[in-house]
Amino acid sequence: MTKIPQDLRYTRDHEWIRIDGASGVMGITDYAQHAMGDIVYVELPEVGRQVKAGEDFIVVESVKGANDVFSPVSGKVAEVNEDLDGAPELLNEDPYANWLVKLEPSDPKEMDSLLDPAAYAKLVEELEAENE
Amino acid sequence: MKRTPMYEQHVAAGGRMVDFGGWELPVQYESSGIKAEHLNVRSKAGLFDVSHMGEITVEGPDAGKWISKLVTNDITVMKDFQVQYNIMCTESGGVVDDLLVYRYSPEKYLLVVNAANVEKDWDWFSTHLPADGVIIENISMKTAEAALQGPAAEAILTKVCSIDVQAMKFFTFTDSATVGSIPAIVSRTGYTGEDGFEIYVPWEKGPELWDLLLEAGKEHGILPIGLGARDSLRFEAGLPLCGHEYTDTIGPLEAGFGFFVKVDKAGGFIGQPVLKRQKEEGLKRKIVGLRLEDKGVPRSGMEAADESGRIVGTVTSGGYCPSLDANMALCCVETPTPGEGESLWVMIRDKAKKGTVVKRPFYDRKYKK
Repeated sequence: MTKIPQDLRYTRDHEWIRIDGASGVMGITDYAQHAMGDIVYVELPEVGRQVKAGEDFIVVESVKGANDVFSPVSGKVAEVNEDLDGAPELLNEDPYANWLVKLEPSDPKEMDSLLDPAAYAKLVEELEAENE
Repeated sequence: MKRTPMYEQHVAAGGRMVDFGGWELPVQYESSGIKAEHLNVRSKAGLFDVSHMGEITVEGPDAGKWISKLVTNDITVMKDFQVQYNIMCTESGGVVDDLLVYRYSPEKYLLVVNAANVEKDWDWFSTHLPADGVIIENISMKTAEAALQGPAAEAILTKVCSIDVQAMKFFTFTDSATVGSIPAIVSRTGYTGEDGFEIYVPWEKGPELWDLLLEAGKEHGILPIGLGARDSLRFEAGLPLCGHEYTDTIGPLEAGFGFFVKVDKAGGFIGQPVLKRQKEEGLKRKIVGLRLEDKGVPRSGMEAADESGRIVGTVTSGGYCPSLDANMALCCVETPTPGEGESLWVMIRDKAKKGTVVKRPFYDRKYKK
């Protein structure tokens, strides 16, 4: 059963984000880690980089191949999760506890275009039905 | 899309089905995953559905002579019920396909070719057929195949096979075995770097063979293995993949498989003059093994560079090797190539990542001689 926490927002590309005041924290969803398979390396962006919503700025490498990760919102990269450096498999174990990047969003309104948990659950359900 | 006879069993076992050259096959199984499957083959055993592979029989008084013209190795040294690895080249020394040649008798052979190349090979064979003396038949869709691989393969097959499995030598086969009650061709061959067997049965017997081997292997910890681990196992064991280490332009000498190319073979073969010249004049490029020291995962098609940043070649295969817990690459680079212990860089998303040239294969193969 794909886990979809209720306190997050989601993208159609299977990233999650939690906004807390002026800062946001984001990662990949359970569906994403499962689809990617065994994760062996995460290429994180430089701290301070400005990204646009939908821009690819992280690469998650699995045994199968390289997967682009897109920023859910526009803003500045404030911090990257260094724990993933020596232990990328943490993303397979718990993709919600093990975040990728902290962001300082530049346009709070962009959050409105993200999926709520119910809408994301519906998307995942449709994708899983297709793969049956 | 084409399905092998074991399709339903893959789906029932949680196989994640993908399109592989027009065949619907599992890339991995949900309960294990590529890494676990890979390590299971190295430590215990794995079962692969390779029914998509192509099988072509060649018969007639001139069968041997005809095959010899098409392939790089010397098939005249083969004895009955031996298997030999071969490469089929173009006139310009590139590769059409690589294949196994099974000799039943001087007048009857079985060729096992890559699934994606069956039609191309068939056309190649047909255009090179002599006017008489050789009959070829494509039996690919009549033949199911399973590969049983790993250190426990011998013990597992012994339980269900009519012949003395332990007495079988590497790269030999028999066509008079039964596995369970199924008549089968059994060869001591494989594509993983482990000891193991490849078992050919009639198409409709595929599911029965599959269940039988999984059941016999249960106590040995066998797992069904998908295409993902099939690729990582062969890559780690230094075995070439057509379309990667061999291409229209990368020939067998450049790929490092000169052992299987007899450039002075009597009677000649297609591509021989070019390969002979390459050998005499020296190769302009060669494939080397690389362990990435910087963080990152090299992938097929990426560029390789020297210290100054000059592009010197490309990655033919790359990825994470579970048995080594390292990211490795095979790179086809211009000569003189860097030696073992020297550095070579891979351009990963515009950044040069440093690696060290290491010997091939990355993993010491565990064949029974």
